[in-house]
Amino acid sequence: MTVRLTPEPFEPGAELTGFCAGRTETGAVASFVGIARGEGGKATALELQAYPGFTEREIGRMADDATRRFGLADVLIIHRHGPIAPGEAIVMVVCASAHRREAFQACDFLMDYLKSRAPFWKKEHGPGGARWVEPTARDLEDIARWD
Amino acid sequence: MKVLLFGRLGDVAGWHERALEPAPATLAELRRRLADEDAALGEALAGRGVQAAVDMAIVRGDAVLAGVREVAFLPPMSGG
Repeated sequence: MTVRLTPEPFEPGAELTGFCAGRTETGAVASFVGIARGEGGKATALELQAYPGFTEREIGRMADDATRRFGLADVLIIHRHGPIAPGEAIVMVVCASAHRREAFQACDFLMDYLKSRAPFWKKEHGPGGARWVEPTARDLEDIARWD
Repeated sequence: MKVLLFGRLGDVAGWHERALEPAPATLAELRRRLADEDAALGEALAGRGVQAAVDMAIVRGDAVLAGVREVAFLPPMSGG
């Protein structure tokens, strides 16, 4: 299991290739990539604040939970912090398991957690200034599906 | 001891991280000291959903700060 926070852009394709390399018994790898939206010019940049050390540890706990729940062989989570421009990847979740259903479900579960409860503080910069954003009602409904 | 403010708390205070020496004896004393210096920050720290983490462990209520390296105040987490 790997959880990586990075202030630098990352390349999802290369990460997926590296994750899949050498897996002869895994069977299924599902991945999800979240990309910063420009909102038609309304969002000029997104800024994610993390608490280094704490943020990775909390995400790691959730990755352990997903591993137990879905019987995963491996998990990779990469998450940006700092300023992120529209079009850049913010988050990537990759789950490996023996069969596809568990890998799909684990990606869905981890993304619902990452979008609603993970220790980040999000600021949107737009033409009218900057504002701190809290989880949307939709994000909270999504995570409640797993309780 | 280091004090860290995340999210909107840093904007309210105008700082994100500072050293506080001598360290207050308890979390309650730390809150009082910060509120005495900056009433707006004191109010924000007492706001709904703001949690305190002592050496990266979330604490509820008061805590003794002897030997502690850092205290962080965390507004509701937004997810990524």
